[in-house]
Amino acid sequence: MDNFINIVNLIYLASAILFIVGLKNLSSPSTAVRGNLLAATGMLIAIIVTLLNQKIITYEIIIIGIILGALIGTITAVKVPMTAMPQFVASLNGFGGGASTLVASSALISIINQNQDPTYYFSISTIFSVIIGSVTFFGSILAFGKLQGLISEKPILFFGRHVIIILLIIITITLGILVILNPSNLIFLCILIASAGILGLLLVIPIGGADMPVVISLLNSYSGLAAAATGFVLENNLLIISGSLVGAAGLILTNLMCKAMNRSLKNVLFGGLGAVATTQDDSAEDVYEGKVKSSSSEEIALLLDSANRVIIVPGYGMAVAQAQHAIRELSNILESKNINVDYAIHPVAGRMPGHMNVLLADADIPYEKLKEMDEINPQFKETDVVIIIGANDVVNPVANESNDPSNPIAGMPILEVTEAQVIVVIKRSLSPGFAGIPNPLFAADNTLMLFADAKQAALDLTTSMKNL
Amino acid sequence: MEAIIFAITVFILAIFLGVELINKVPPILHTPLMSGANAISGITIVGALIAAGSDNQIIGTIFGFIAVVFATINVVGGFAVTHRMLYMFRKRK
Repeated sequence: MDNFINIVNLIYLASAILFIVGLKNLSSPSTAVRGNLLAATGMLIAIIVTLLNQKIITYEIIIIGIILGALIGTITAVKVPMTAMPQFVASLNGFGGGASTLVASSALISIINQNQDPTYYFSISTIFSVIIGSVTFFGSILAFGKLQGLISEKPILFFGRHVIIILLIIITITLGILVILNPSNLIFLCILIASAGILGLLLVIPIGGADMPVVISLLNSYSGLAAAATGFVLENNLLIISGSLVGAAGLILTNLMCKAMNRSLKNVLFGGLGAVATTQDDSAEDVYEGKVKSSSSEEIALLLDSANRVIIVPGYGMAVAQAQHAIRELSNILESKNINVDYAIHPVAGRMPGHMNVLLADADIPYEKLKEMDEINPQFKETDVVIIIGANDVVNPVANESNDPSNPIAGMPILEVTEAQVIVVIKRSLSPGFAGIPNPLFAADNTLMLFADAKQAALDLTTSMKNL
Repeated sequence: MEAIIFAITVFILAIFLGVELINKVPPILHTPLMSGANAISGITIVGALIAAGSDNQIIGTIFGFIAVVFATINVVGGFAVTHRMLYMFRKRK
């Protein structure tokens, strides 16, 4: 028996190594596919060796569960359109968190069932796992709802929310202590799950729109930490190692996203940016009045025809209009005229980390053409035409100028499009972006506005280019 | 007590390892890294299998069953969609 456990633990170690090497490979483009396969192999080995565990007395329930989960997982993963990827990732985070909560709860119930008293170590680990898992699960459900458009994407702020959240944290901790003191009373456990769940909902409700990349990264991190906490419950090093790795990965992404907005995590989580309806109509008029030049697709086509280098800046508007394929058509025709086309991707463009890259790759745009901010910014000087499709705050030059603390994007690194010869902005109206402030770029001397839906505009431009 | 210290040691070291491993991720890989890492966090399936299959109260077994379903969706869906995205990045060179 001891030998068997030792062998199982050594095989778990092999799985952990496969996860580590897999993650390492996942962070570099040339090895990423292999990395993912290595990690999947590690998972398969871990599952098989676990099934040999002698604690398992029935396999029917397990088999039904695995078949059901594998069917749902495979079908959704194959069918989900790339445009729905943010909400799909959000739901995956939720499932991971939910599973952790349930496993830890079940382990506690099992100990009670054997008429044993759980150790404090066991109970404390259990409540950590239950709380983090439940926050992740319910927070992810809400994030899914927002991204899917089932719930308003606008941040919802309510009076006294900070007080309510602090109260709820105190209630959750108190319930946790009650569970530790009365582990056999499952009512406390259930209320603890509910209370942590409400906390998860309240933490995500005030965040919306352009801040979603931070939320998704953070929930990703939580799902890992929940798995690690479950590892403490089960005294299983594989869970602790894998969970911590994922927790760290999520934190790194969260940090990257915050840096790309020049905001602290606290400000993103509790600042409620974008919730207040803009009352800056006057300043918008000052910025725009008499200076905005509206153009036509024919005029812009002429301009593009004489260009040598064009950079396309996509934003969330491209995702909403599902314009990526039309944009691909447009860049095809530009390239057929020997015009060099690249794409400038801001780290927080869209609703999750890497959102624009996924959409453009889906439209068969080679990833060598997707340039990150630091690489492309020095190149705008030598660019004839920049086409901005559905991006706003990430190209707002106010971010560079203003030290005004009321300016929500002050200090945010932006794509320096103003250095290009001509800037074409495709946008339906002059309405502000998520930050709710006017964008002087639209009124700049070398900016032309093309007021249209992103997809329609790309199609019109393609037609106009063909007709030249 | 020794077990706790050992578990905490593993936990802390693994976090540092994670930070070192994934220090520089090109933005192109942000989404697949997230979904791939997420699939790895589905490792709770190991606990879920035991929870669902071992001798327990009916409520414990039900929790275990739902956990198996959730964790399997997490694992299978996560790895599959990551592969799909990475393949998409790779197909045109």
